[in-house]
Order: sequence, then C-alpha cells, then structure tokens
Amino acid sequence: MNTSEVLHVERSNYLATVTELKNQGYEMCVDVAGVDYLTHPGRELPEGVVPGRYEVVVNLLSLGNRSRVRIRVQVPEDDPTIETLFFLYPGSEAMEREVYDLVGIRFQNHPDLTRILMPEGWEGHPLRKDYSMGAVPIQFKSVNGAG
Amino acid sequence: MLKKMNDSGKVDASSHEEEAESLALVPETSEGPQELQEVEDTGRYELSAEFGSTLRLPEGVDVDPGDIDIEFSDEKMIINMGPQHPSTHGVLRLMMELDGEVILRTKPVVGYLHTGMEKTAEGLTFLQGPTNVTRMDYLSPFHNELVFSMATEQLLGLELPDRASWIRTLMCELNRCTSHLMWMATNGMDLGSSSMMIYGFREREMILAFFEKVTGLRMNHNYIRPGGVAADLPDGWEDDVLAILETIPGRLDEYDELLTGQPIFRERVDNVGIITAEQAIALSATGPILRSTGFAWDLRRDMPYLNYDQVEFDVIVGSIGDCFDRYSVRLNEIRESLRIIAQVVEKMPAGDYKIQDKKVTPPPRVRIDESMEALIHHFKIYTEGFKVPEGEVYVAVESPRGEIGCYMVSDGSAKPYRMHIRGPSFVNLQTLPTMLRGGIIADAVAAISSVDPVMGEVDR
Repeated sequence: MNTSEVLHVERSNYLATVTELKNQGYEMCVDVAGVDYLTHPGRELPEGVVPGRYEVVVNLLSLGNRSRVRIRVQVPEDDPTIETLFFLYPGSEAMEREVYDLVGIRFQNHPDLTRILMPEGWEGHPLRKDYSMGAVPIQFKSVNGAG
Repeated sequence: MLKKMNDSGKVDASSHEEEAESLALVPETSEGPQELQEVEDTGRYELSAEFGSTLRLPEGVDVDPGDIDIEFSDEKMIINMGPQHPSTHGVLRLMMELDGEVILRTKPVVGYLHTGMEKTAEGLTFLQGPTNVTRMDYLSPFHNELVFSMATEQLLGLELPDRASWIRTLMCELNRCTSHLMWMATNGMDLGSSSMMIYGFREREMILAFFEKVTGLRMNHNYIRPGGVAADLPDGWEDDVLAILETIPGRLDEYDELLTGQPIFRERVDNVGIITAEQAIALSATGPILRSTGFAWDLRRDMPYLNYDQVEFDVIVGSIGDCFDRYSVRLNEIRESLRIIAQVVEKMPAGDYKIQDKKVTPPPRVRIDESMEALIHHFKIYTEGFKVPEGEVYVAVESPRGEIGCYMVSDGSAKPYRMHIRGPSFVNLQTLPTMLRGGIIADAVAAISSVDPVMGEVDR
C-alpha cells in the first residue's frame, strides 16, 4: 500500500541526496510541500535532527521499483531558503512556486519564483501559522423590523 | 530576475526581522509579474532558464545561454487566452507567444479560483474535513474524500471493515465513470460536437442519480469519512448498478461510432499536443496523460489500495501521447471501470459499513433516541471531533486525473495541523507548454481539453 520511507536530510546535503536518489531510480518528483511548525515545535524527530521552524517535504516516486521516498528537510526561521529541485525535476517548478507562495520558503536558483495561487503583490504567506485567518463579524440576530 | 532572486535570498535574514514585526506581512512583494514577458524583455540567461520554466521542457535545462537566438520579429506577439474563455474549463488563463499562427511559448497563469482550502482545513476537525476536500476536484469528489479519509485512518491506525472498503471501491469507480463521461462531453463540445456534450451529460446524470440515492447529493457528497462511509447502500442498490452496467456499454459503443471513426474529429485530435513518456515523467504528469504516452502506470495496479488487488482490470495505455490517445485512454477506462464495478457487485460482502470504534464513529441515529450516553457521545463527537495521534503521512490514490495525494500532519489534536493536497490537475497543467509548443493556435483548445484540468483543484 501507500508506505514510504522517510529520510531526514540536512539542508546542506539536500541537493546531493536528491541527486543520488534520482540516480537510484526515483524518476518522478511527485509532490513538494511546505509546513510551518511554529505552533507545534515539539514534534517527534529522530536524534540529531535540529528542528527548524519550517519543513520542506518532498515526495519522490520510483516508477520502476514501485516505491516512494519522502524527504523531510528542516529549514530555519531566520533563513527560509533551500535549493531548487528544478534542474533535477522540471516538474517541481510549479510545486515549489506554490510552497513559496503559501509558506514563504525561497527556492534558490529557481527560474521563475513568483506567486502562483495568490495575486501578485499579495502580502504575506497564508499557510504560515502566524498569518491571521481574519474574521468578519456576522450579526446573527434579526434586524429590527425584518423577520 | 534570477539574479535578483539570489540577492534577495542573501538579504533575507535582515528583511525577515521586519517581516516578523508586521506579523509575517511583507510591506511589498517584489517577485515580479506572473505573466509571460516579451522575449525582447527577457535576457539570454533568463530565457535559458525559461526554456525550462516557462516552457518547462526537460531538455531546457541543458540549453547553453549563448545558443539562444532572440529574434526581434514583428510577427511575434503575446496573446492572452482566458480566464473567461469558454474552452478553458473554468478560469484558466494562458499567455501564449505566437509567431503568426504557431505557438512558441506558453505559460499557464492560475490562481483565479484560489479559496485557501488547505488553510480552511486547519480550522476544521477530521470529521468535518471531507466536506471541505470534496469541493476541490468537484468532478471526482469521492477520490478527494477517499484520500483524506485514508490519510486520517493511517494516522489513527484503523483497519476498515470489508464492506466499507468495497463500498468505497464501488463509489470511486462509478465516480471515475462520471468524471470521464463529463470529460467526453466537454471535450466533444470543445471540438465542435455538441451532440456528444448532450450524450455525455445524459449518461453522467444516470450515475449521479445513483449517487444521490446513496449519499443524498449529486456532487460534493461527504460520503466517505474517516472510519468508513456515511451510510450503508440503500436496498435495491444492485438493481441500480446493474441498470448502469447494462446501459452504459452500449452508449460507449455509440460514442465510438460518433467520434472515434469520424474523420472530422480525428483531424482535430490526431498528432495534436504530443508529449513523450520522458517529458511526462520529468514534468511529474500522472494519470491519463502519462498513460497516453504508452507508459503503464496506474496506482490501482502498481500500489494497490482498497480492494483493487482483488479485482481484475487492465491498465489502458496509448502509443504516442497525442490528444487522440488521451481520448481513447479515457473512453476505454470507462469500460474498465464498468468491469471493476461488475466484479464489486458480485463480491460485495455483508457487514459493517463503518468501523465500530466509538472513538471515531458516531452512534447510529436510532440509539440517540433511546440512550442518553449515545446522545452525549453524538454531541461530543460532532462538536469536538476525535483526537488523532501525532505524526505525518502521505497517501496517494488514482483519481480520474492522476495521482491525488494527501500529506497530513497531526499534532495530536482534533484538527489537522497541516493538510496538503497534491492536485493532479495542478501538476498536469504544467505539461501544456510542452504540448502546445510548435502547434498552431487552433489546436490549443483540443490540447487544453485533453489535459482535463479541473480548476477547483488546480487552485484549491
């Protein structure tokens, strides 16, 4: 079923690890996701992994071996950047733009790092945990004279 | 622009403090326009990257910037197609650079339907979640609910009762039929066959009537929930399914007569929008697009979930990856789905339709009338939800459009800490520049249609 190996990779080793995995037969980059762990810092991580505020999660798929591998990279709060996978997997281009747009992680050397879902000129990155959802006050009781 | 990006990457540490002060609101975003720029305004280095990014060609990354000729031609122009264009299946906008009638570069501009559903999911409990995700890909709602429920169940470590799993298989395969029939209809409409449009909707409506009988709604069912399904199949469901199984194959043969052998239709789709298997894999395309190139990859067969390992079906593949291949892959997938449904009807076991675990399952309606505890239980589960253990998981299933994945992080509370959906249309859409390149603009509509994008899911 949908089991996949999880690898925790240092940010400095990230590109090298993914390159090696690609050479091992992981032909497809299925998904790139970003998570902001601001309000959940105490998550379980293997020993030696220093938790960062952000995490970039990359799912690779080997069509030949029918296996998946999930790479989790810690990205610190003071420098939310990571190398792009574009030169290994051109398909990651739009997904990285989405992560940049919604979580605000910059992908270095990405050819076209612009917003993709939010409008140009939008301020902030909505999927960050300190991004306010906003609320509109709604009056539930009936207005005088009506109903 | 590339250089600027690196600079801003370096100075990011200082700018980040300001950012934190204003609650992660940067005063001004400087990432530049999302639209396609004139070739003249694009430098050589940037253009070489653009061969990869805007054209998103796998081989583009090896282009030497010196080799690119920037031709200053009066013939070239950038036109904008959509987001209101009727053939763009919603609000897709394409910027195309044309040389006369020939398309050179294309850039899909999306986001017009972005409603922040991933953010919304963080505010809803795991029980409310399917109501939200079912609206993403509105043509295959069951697959959205399925992938969300499977991710939740994997975090909870639940084993489904047999019947629940078979009911899910049945509904998902029927849903694949409706989605592909809908595609046949809109594809026919795009290519000028309005009778196909009516036929496709007619057959789809027949299955939707069955959905309504089972779930209460034609679309956006919220039927598949963590722990099983919302309700058992109604009495006499076999008759309805058998009626579907009897009617649709004949209708599919009619489509064959109407479209497959028809020269006008073939003229529009043959050798149009070609993509190779290497390109499709490099661009992460899945589903009918990947299969149309001749690469047999179907999660139902290759990484079975539900009961797909217990039914017999074939994975349909094309040969050269043009619009016609994608048409025939979808048409024949309906036949394969019907084959699966026939087996499901035979094999449907008796038993529970949802897991009997008081933690995740609300009590049956009748119990609420007679038992105070059941009422309290019901109240608590619907107001507070159930807690899901800490962890993170990625689950993927084969939706009619390709691999739909759900990456879920739980922090141990009743709401997902982060829920990310890997939308197949979102990724498949990025193959359009490759498909359209070198073709003529009149073929663009056929190629867009053959990707089968559902904008609700592209933008989420």
